[in-house]
Amino acid sequence: MTAPVPTGAAGFLARYEGLKDHLPGARKPWLNTLRADAAVHFAARGFPTRRVEQWKYTDLAPVAQAHFAEPLTMVEGALALPVPNAAHRAVFVDGRFRPDLSALEGLPFRAVGLAQHLNDAETFLGSLAKPESEPLAALNTMLFEDGLFIDVPDGVDGGLLELVSITVDPGRPFAFHPRHLFRLGAGASLTLIETATGRGQCLHNPVFEIDVAEGATLTHGRMLQEEATVFHLSTIYATIAGGGTYDNFTVAAGPRLTRNEIHAALTGPKAACHMNGAQMAADGQHVDTTTALDHAAPDCASRQTYKTVLAGRARGVFQGKILVRREAQKTDGYQMNQALLLSEDAEIDSKPQLEIYADDVKCSHGATVGALDADSLFYLRARGIPESQAKAMLVEAFLHEAVETVSDETLRGALTRALDAWWSRQGQAA
Amino acid sequence: MLRIEGLTAEIDGKEILKGIDLEVPTGEVHAIMGPNGSGKSTLSYVLSGREGYEVTGGSATLDGVDILAMEPEERAAAGLFLAFQYPVELPGVGNVTFLRTALNAIRKGRGESELDAMQFLKLARERMKALSMPEDMLKRGVNVGFSGGEKKRNEILQMALLQPSMAILDETDSGLDIDALKIVSDGVNAMRGPNFSALVITHYQRLLDYIVPDRVHVLMQGRIVKSGGPELAQELEAQGYGAVQNAA
Ligand SMILES: Nc1ncnc2c1ncn2[C@@H]1O[C@H](COP(=O)(O)OP(=O)(O)OP(=O)(O)O)[C@@H](O)[C@H]1O
Ligand SMILES: [Mg+2]
Repeated sequence: MTAPVPTGAAGFLARYEGLKDHLPGARKPWLNTLRADAAVHFAARGFPTRRVEQWKYTDLAPVAQAHFAEPLTMVEGALALPVPNAAHRAVFVDGRFRPDLSALEGLPFRAVGLAQHLNDAETFLGSLAKPESEPLAALNTMLFEDGLFIDVPDGVDGGLLELVSITVDPGRPFAFHPRHLFRLGAGASLTLIETATGRGQCLHNPVFEIDVAEGATLTHGRMLQEEATVFHLSTIYATIAGGGTYDNFTVAAGPRLTRNEIHAALTGPKAACHMNGAQMAADGQHVDTTTALDHAAPDCASRQTYKTVLAGRARGVFQGKILVRREAQKTDGYQMNQALLLSEDAEIDSKPQLEIYADDVKCSHGATVGALDADSLFYLRARGIPESQAKAMLVEAFLHEAVETVSDETLRGALTRALDAWWSRQGQAA
Repeated sequence: MLRIEGLTAEIDGKEILKGIDLEVPTGEVHAIMGPNGSGKSTLSYVLSGREGYEVTGGSATLDGVDILAMEPEERAAAGLFLAFQYPVELPGVGNVTFLRTALNAIRKGRGESELDAMQFLKLARERMKALSMPEDMLKRGVNVGFSGGEKKRNEILQMALLQPSMAILDETDSGLDIDALKIVSDGVNAMRGPNFSALVITHYQRLLDYIVPDRVHVLMQGRIVKSGGPELAQELEAQGYGAVQNAA
């Protein structure tokens, strides 16, 4: 009788024990300590269950019960890279940086693979992520191998950069945990367009640490479009200093399970954070957007608008927490969450949470859930437009409204294509 | 020709149409007048196939074809058009996309070729000019932020583009200023001809000075209680519905 292959948390801990002397940076004491601490946290908590408040509506059991191996060391064969949106791109295959597939020459700042540049990351890596409170961040810290490390110097306009993550199906389940570090110096700016695509039964568990300094602006567009066999669990930690802006727009449409978790802290006066997105799921899929916004300084503004479209027996989750600390006077916070249910079997759980300790603030939130409007549908059909096409027009309108606020044209185009691609796949399935 | 016979219909088990008999021969324009809540909009919705109405008896045919069994889009393809009393706002759906999609759907149904973006814009601009509509209304969301009068004009623009053979205009005159009333009426009159009929629902005789009907019908409590020539509208204007009811 062979010993059972350990699954879930035990499997990952066993992997860490076996690999820890071989992981990138294994000879750097600071990193060993970081990983060892993370392993302790992960061992203590394991994968979150639905008894944990932040995971009440999303069941990680399918992840916890699976056995994930390492990705292949060498990937052979042709890769179907997505059509480029920008001249510069960093490409990762199964979580590993691929300079041969990337195009980074001529960028006015440094964008490199983390595994090869860990020395420069010592002070930054781990400064924002919280492995003690988020087990997925602990898992990532314990096992990350690579990631994109971006450092835009003070005052530099970094232009447009694309981050592409692609997976290849090795025919067995595997997991990877990229760690991405983005640092924008004072007054710097950058538009980052991220695409995650690929197939295979895999767990993609990226963690982002994002530092936006005084007066800097990072626009971060994300398209999570892996196939319906993929578990995509991403955690973003962003800190935004005075006068800085972090603008996140995420389209989640494809994976079997998507968790888009964002922690953003506004730490200086007049900082701003926009977190918007559209998440879509069809039969058997689950999408979850969970945001935690920390207003820690006065005169800051935050805007969140999330749209969810669910078909078949899909499940959707939106949890949005806004914390306004005592010192965060004149906070202007807004949160809106709108869901469109295309079938009677689709379900959304929505939980806004406002915690306000300052007295002079403007904070509002709202949520709508509904089916397609019958009057709108009839109006279109009365003009001769067939029912399926009329429905498509209304769903597109609902989704396109979400991207209207994106000012960068290239990014808006890419996001719109991602939305339309999902919808046209739906049409073919229906 | 639109022929309605003994049409009864209910909403949520409440009978609203109680046996409508009405014929609009091809090429004619008929008006329907009647008090609030008498069933005028209900009739127009039942004819165009809105959900929520149960037809409990009678029939309605357009050029001999039973329309009550058709989907709304099939009725539109068959030549029926309803100008809504309350046009719907469609945020996020551009007016151009909407109009072109509708026109091409109808053209397809008629076996005609679809118009490309350029051909469509040219046609739309022409029609809009005739209705004194500013071009920027094409760029906006369908009816979004349109004034009451602009919405009504947008309905007539749709009619002018889709070229139906049978149009039902449900209080298209309400909310229109004096100039707009004239413009919209001209738009309707321009369509009049041997292949076009219309059923014009209105509360005001003034509209019928511009769009002179061949016949006027009075709808009360779900039934046509009186029919006559254009002079009937004047009679109603002078005496109100009470007189008709008493006579009926
Ligand atoms: N969804 C509904 N449920 C119940 N009753 C309804 C519904 N819709 C309409 N009715 C009723 O049907 C009757 C006819 O309404 P309809 O809108 O057809 O009147 P109308 O003649 O068009 O009136 P108006 O001149 O005010 O436009 C009214 O009594 C109205 O209250
Ligand atoms: Mg009415």
